[in-house]
Amino acid sequence: MLQSVSDFLVITKRQLLQMIRIPEVLIFATIQPAMFVLLFRYVFGGAIDSGVDGGYVQLLMPGIFVQTVAFTLAATAVGLAADMQKGLIDRFRSLPISRSAVVIGRTVGDTLQNVVTLVVMGLVGFLVGWRPSSGPVKIFLGFLFLLAFGYSMSWIGVLIGLSVREERVAQNLVFMTVFPLTFLSNAFAPTTGMPKILQYFAEWNPVSTMVAACRELFGTQNVFGATANSWPSQNPILMSLIYMFLLVAVFAPISVRKYVRVSK
Amino acid sequence: MKSIVAQELVKSYGKGEVKALDGLSLEVEEGTVLGLLGPNGSGKTTTVRVLATLLTPDSGSATVAGIDVLKHPDEVRKVIGLSGQYAALDETLTGWDNLNMFGRLYHLNSAAAKKRAEELLERFSLTEAARRPIRTYSGGMRRRLDLAASLITKPKVLFLDEPTTGLDPRGRMEMWGVIDELVKGGVTLLLTTQYLEEADHLADSIAVIDTGKVIARGTADELKNQVGGERLEITVEASQIAEATRLVEQATGAKPTVDAGIRKISAPVNNGSASLIQVLRLLDDSKIHPLDIGLKRPSLDDVFISLTGHVAEVVVETEGGKNATKRK
Repeated sequence: MLQSVSDFLVITKRQLLQMIRIPEVLIFATIQPAMFVLLFRYVFGGAIDSGVDGGYVQLLMPGIFVQTVAFTLAATAVGLAADMQKGLIDRFRSLPISRSAVVIGRTVGDTLQNVVTLVVMGLVGFLVGWRPSSGPVKIFLGFLFLLAFGYSMSWIGVLIGLSVREERVAQNLVFMTVFPLTFLSNAFAPTTGMPKILQYFAEWNPVSTMVAACRELFGTQNVFGATANSWPSQNPILMSLIYMFLLVAVFAPISVRKYVRVSK
Repeated sequence: MKSIVAQELVKSYGKGEVKALDGLSLEVEEGTVLGLLGPNGSGKTTTVRVLATLLTPDSGSATVAGIDVLKHPDEVRKVIGLSGQYAALDETLTGWDNLNMFGRLYHLNSAAAKKRAEELLERFSLTEAARRPIRTYSGGMRRRLDLAASLITKPKVLFLDEPTTGLDPRGRMEMWGVIDELVKGGVTLLLTTQYLEEADHLADSIAVIDTGKVIARGTADELKNQVGGERLEITVEASQIAEATRLVEQATGAKPTVDAGIRKISAPVNNGSASLIQVLRLLDDSKIHPLDIGLKRPSLDDVFISLTGHVAEVVVETEGGKNATKRK
């Protein structure tokens, strides 16, 4: 047991080392969301009448946070596909280490990268007027929530990365799915403007429940929420926790199984 | 004692239409080197992957260092080292980082992993490049580091899958030197290669593999003898071919083959040097002075062609071969 913990820590450490060895990767990974903050804040912020205290940026920041951590899936998928392609996964599989060490190490490593990204984004947000008003405990819980969501999304990335085996395919596949998912939500605009069928989708979309949960935890009224008094929009925190649990419960075992049997 | 035993391994891909392994059996004596020789798609990599616990065969059994590969893969992983066709390293990390990481994954403690990394870098002449990321390494350096990574816990059995494919001649010579050193250290080695010369140079015995089966095995000498023994070859002036051919037949008792274009006459001989002297004496008596004369042993290339009916280094574009290669 102790041995497996040390195994996955070595894999996680490898990723942290990568950040130190090529800091450009983390810098760009952080610049992109920071740029999003600025663009949305100043391009849409002026046009959208948010109707909340402190303006659009209060609604925007939880949206961008969730979008960013949802993309952890991409980092995981692309990273693992690259390792597959280079034969590194084969080498790991020939070592006397626990069967889940490599994938757990990967998901934890990607989550740690999110810590850095979230801190930078939070600071940029603060600079452009984001003022969470719920007090330190709830703000901390909000960030913890975001990290947990990123971690559970990461497990889908494991399965994708090990299945497609090609860095570029992984990249395209992930962007094609995660982008619509983050926009078909309450993250950037009210869902009431969408066609009815998309409204239902947006209401149950885990991204929406996550954004709603974060708005609640950061102390902003979720005026972009769904129109109907549906269960997920009434109980966003609980619903998000259920989604996270389901993601890990479903994808972690499938992914570990995939790793054990994967063959280049 | 047998260090590697594979019995009747079968592995097919897709819905069973492509057989990568088709009843492959082999044995490697402890402390010796077996060269698994075959063209692309013949099943070399699949064999290594099965023995290194990466792939489960459809049927058959195998033991490595006496441990059942299918029943106790975890135990096998503790005693093997694997270095694949492509240097399987983290490109962004330095050579030192990589070895240290693999050391920790082999469960050395922090100090031991560091010490071992230093030792291996020194041994493979990579100390100077130790703090540089792998992506700045040459092909030969990557392969050496990859090999170093497979030696961290001094494995009892080592698998090298095409260790020199893609290297330039200098890189290949360096790699051969490194492998020679290893073998002196007593490791059991299974090495795959497409290069006949490489098998001849590095391996104690050779198994020729084609379409997922071992089709011949023995030492390089035994395989050469299988094709036929030595041949006497002489080259003479065009006007003397007829006379010389008659004399060669008289001396060797076998019908020579004549290639008029390059004026070469050749014939199989049983007692090499004696026949050579006899032919020379007869030629001298007839005042024929050969331009070139010698005894030639069949090369492993000849062996390969006579066993498989095709040349070794050409990629075999059969349905099975192609798919098997693609799915490696």
